[in-house]
Amino acid sequence: MQAASVDIRKVNKFYGPFHALKDIDLAIQPGKVTCLIGPSGSGKSTLLRCINFLEEYDSGEIRIDGEMIGYDAPGRRMPGRKLRGMRRAIGMVFQQFNLWPHMTARENVAEGLIRVRGMSRAEAGERAAEALEKVGLGDKMANHPSRLSGGQQQRVAIARAIAMEPRVMLFDEPTSALDPELVGEVLNVMKALATEGMTMVVVTHEMGFAAHVADQVAFMEKGELVGVDSPARILHEPEDARIQAFLRTYHERNSF
Amino acid sequence: MDFSIFLQYGPALLKGFGITVLCWLAGTVFGMTLGLVVALIQRYGPRWLGWIIQAYIEIIRGTPFLVQLFVLYYGGPLVGLRLDALPAGILGLTVYGSPYFAEIFRSGFRAVPHGQIEAARAIGMAELAIVRRILLPLGLVSSLPALVNFSIILTKETVILSIITVPELMYQVGRMSAETFRYLETNLVLALFFWLLVEAISRVGRRLEARITKHLVEERT
Ligand SMILES: Nc1ncnc2c1ncn2[C@@H]1O[C@H](COP(=O)(O)OP(=O)(O)OP(=O)(O)O)[C@@H](O)[C@H]1O
Ligand SMILES: [Mg+2]
Repeated sequence: MQAASVDIRKVNKFYGPFHALKDIDLAIQPGKVTCLIGPSGSGKSTLLRCINFLEEYDSGEIRIDGEMIGYDAPGRRMPGRKLRGMRRAIGMVFQQFNLWPHMTARENVAEGLIRVRGMSRAEAGERAAEALEKVGLGDKMANHPSRLSGGQQQRVAIARAIAMEPRVMLFDEPTSALDPELVGEVLNVMKALATEGMTMVVVTHEMGFAAHVADQVAFMEKGELVGVDSPARILHEPEDARIQAFLRTYHERNSF
Repeated sequence: MDFSIFLQYGPALLKGFGITVLCWLAGTVFGMTLGLVVALIQRYGPRWLGWIIQAYIEIIRGTPFLVQLFVLYYGGPLVGLRLDALPAGILGLTVYGSPYFAEIFRSGFRAVPHGQIEAARAIGMAELAIVRRILLPLGLVSSLPALVNFSIILTKETVILSIITVPELMYQVGRMSAETFRYLETNLVLALFFWLLVEAISRVGRRLEARITKHLVEERT
């Protein structure tokens, strides 16, 4: 087997006395899609945010292509410069899009290329246009976020991340803030990315997406990683009672 | 009422108004700048510096402007700070206004959604670039109405500068009243000048606000 893109080993995270992540072990293979599912408050976002060190973990290690993120050695924080360098290679898409409202779609995408990758305005503008074309927004480049639908905003956010040419993409419930009819356009862009071989970690409540697109599904509960397996094994024949219970609630809520 | 006295005092009044506007403008610009620096230090500086700044904010906000001005103008020379009335007045306004401006900026910065800052961190932007490109523009936008509002309040604090003999509008009106005993007329003119100034500021403020928030609000259809 290849070396993992993201290698999470024995990671623990506390919020004060609250044990939010408990000895998490998870390997994310290059070119594969991993979906993180589980009940609310189980620590999915926390784990995802530890991967690009938006959240500090307290023990264990997370390696991106072999290099530990956040720490030079256990307990010793890496310099900000080095952390920023590593973050360039990790794209992140948030539930709330988090576009910068004072910039157009194109400027949102170009910003990182200019400030982080040091491109000229012209070159960054070209690349931004390409990224926006790719998510189907070639005709909305000059719009500010206030003039875009939720689904379009989220696609701009995806373009902003992929323009940086990351080696891994993290998605935290990318469709949860969207009206149901706008979910599809965002999932389609994500599917296309997966098909191209992007390494992706996706926190989601979209079981359909997990079933059809994921290579592996990880189930979390109460800060623990309860199970990691193929979508079929986790979603259709789960052995763990906690997963069964979660799926039962999910199906009840989604049937009518 | 007798307005003929204005033929004689007109030029002095106009000059006084000019100095009022100058003091207000300089005090506002410097006070805002100092306030912005203070707010940034509070946000990014070391904890101990934050405490010192907090104490400074409490002291300035907790004492009358008149007292601060006396301390500066009459107490200053005791520690070697010998200023003419006009610079002392401008410095006084700057110091007096800065903590209020700092508080306005502080809450403006807090109004910037944390997610938008995180999005910048997530692509690897440096903290300084985040301040320049995200925090400042968005923070300034949400601060603008309060900034304009406090600038308007500051216009009226300028009258206090007359007490340390800055020859601004209040000073001229005071002199004129004392010489002519026409208190009503002179003070009406004073009011008129201030009304003009305040009206101009709020108009400019509203224009500015409309302009910079144009893209930030959702289109109403
Ligand atoms: N900054 C924080 N301070 C204290 N507790 C926190 C903080 N952030 C998260 N938590 C707690 O950690 C736990 C895990 O939170 P997390 O956001 O990772 O859950 P989640 O699985 O993403 O849930 P959801 O599906 O609702 O997004 C929750 O119990 C939450 O209350
Ligand atoms: Mg979450």
